[in-house]
Amino acid sequence: MKVEQISIFLENKSGRLAEVAAVLAKAGINIRALSLADTTDFGILRLIVNDTEKAKQVLKDNGFTVGKTEVIGVEVADKPGGLAEILNVMKENAINVEYMYAFVQKSAGNAIIIFRFDELEKAIDALQKAGIRIMKGEEIYSI
Amino acid sequence: MIWNEEFETLPREALEALQLKRLRTLMERVYTAVPYYRKKMEEAAVAPADIKSLADLRKLPFTTKEDLRLNYPFGLFAVPFEKVVRIHASSGTTGKPTVVGYTKNDIDAWAELMARTLSAGGAHKGDVVHNAYGYGLFTGGLGAHYGAERLGAAVIPISGGNSKRQIMIMQDFGSTVLMCTPSYALNLADVMKEMQVDPKTLKLRVGLFGAEPWSENMRQEIEARLNIKAIDIFGLSEVMGPGVASECIEEKHGLHVFEDYFIPEIINPETGEPVPHGELGELVFTTLTKEAFPVIRYRTKDLSRLIVEPCSCGRTFYRMQRITGRTDDMLIIRGVNVFPSQIEHVLMSIEGVEPHYQIIVDRQASLDVMEVQVEVSEHIFSDEIKVLEKLGKKIEREIKDLLGVSCKVKLVEPKTIQRSEGKAKRVIDNRKL
Repeated sequence: MKVEQISIFLENKSGRLAEVAAVLAKAGINIRALSLADTTDFGILRLIVNDTEKAKQVLKDNGFTVGKTEVIGVEVADKPGGLAEILNVMKENAINVEYMYAFVQKSAGNAIIIFRFDELEKAIDALQKAGIRIMKGEEIYSI
Repeated sequence: MIWNEEFETLPREALEALQLKRLRTLMERVYTAVPYYRKKMEEAAVAPADIKSLADLRKLPFTTKEDLRLNYPFGLFAVPFEKVVRIHASSGTTGKPTVVGYTKNDIDAWAELMARTLSAGGAHKGDVVHNAYGYGLFTGGLGAHYGAERLGAAVIPISGGNSKRQIMIMQDFGSTVLMCTPSYALNLADVMKEMQVDPKTLKLRVGLFGAEPWSENMRQEIEARLNIKAIDIFGLSEVMGPGVASECIEEKHGLHVFEDYFIPEIINPETGEPVPHGELGELVFTTLTKEAFPVIRYRTKDLSRLIVEPCSCGRTFYRMQRITGRTDDMLIIRGVNVFPSQIEHVLMSIEGVEPHYQIIVDRQASLDVMEVQVEVSEHIFSDEIKVLEKLGKKIEREIKDLLGVSCKVKLVEPKTIQRSEGKAKRVIDNRKL
């Protein structure tokens, strides 16, 4: 039900993002989804990769501060109203979205939205009751 | 002008005789009243009766900030508490401040010494003293205030901050003497320029600046930009506060130490041995008259040298050269003493582990700015921006609460902070004095 996401602390200075990409490339790690949140001084890069543990290890070995968080991935039909339906479930259950990012699946044409909720279990429960399909971790790692 | 002609121009022999008499009285009193000092003297195998000449001073053990910390808050007070009429405090090296007390006589002596300081700087009865030193636990504000009143001047107790209002009041009240930190004086000059106020239209004539290190270059800049004479004054709360030493307006070369109240020594900070007159070393003070909080051979960690040649102003007191540095890592930010260990203390209490941090000090628009860079360890890292931003704000707030100076916290990647031989460089001071 849950997807493991790694997050990396980055200072806002040139070349840091490239460095992360290079480290992952060298370790043969594939990035499935990513988002970058930024402030004036720093950013947080969030990644879903094909091998979380290995990615975490190589980044740490290269001196990055790395965290691991559980998020969930929801498949949404690529049509108007898809996102609204999910967010409405959250609203009715008073669950906060901490952040989210989306990408479109190349084969099926569906959108996948990655959510970070303040109450993960409650969110999973609410989505399931509403009949929304939550993707398994493996499904996303192996896209 | 010399405020106290009799004492400030005492022939050296008479002055030294007076110092010895006062030192012996002090030692008797401290030995009886302060168990901690007695213990230290017993450990050094020295008794008050052993002080037969001023040279015997060096037999006495030093007092350090660590001794003050161990006796927090009132352990070194030498009078019954009901005799204490005032308490001030300055930065300690950790979470606790250094506390000092004053009896009525101490306050009286302090006013006398600040009146001497003001007078040496060219102020007189009838002046309007614009006192922009901070009022509060810091000794600067009230110390200068009482001295200006003793002098017979009218004091504007404006304290620090709100520069535009300060300038309006200078214009409207006709301030003639400015007292503040030298960097704040430059800030006032900047704001005047912004407000299009020409300093020549003000009545300011002289400024007495202290509480932070400055240089001849800064003096020239202040004098030119504010159209005043700038005088360097010196003091530290452990010894009394401002009024320990002051330049005279005649020479502006070295600060006369008020030697009838304090004995200055310059020692080699490594060996503790006195250095020959004129050589650079650590400044050490013994207070001769203080009742509530006397200190014996207090190590200031300030670097200076003594000028023993007579001065054209007529004062017979030795002069200390303006402070040229420190033997420790203490910083002075906007007149407030800051120890890196205090910042470490705050970070430690938040992170729960030994933090990697660096303090970067700079001067922007004549004001000191402090940035604290903190390496983000896995321990404090979060995938959420708001958590990290809250953490930064929390560190900023707690440093402000502890030090009384604001800073900007910048979260940085691990290993960003230079480590030399495994030990991090804690302070980068980019200020040009």
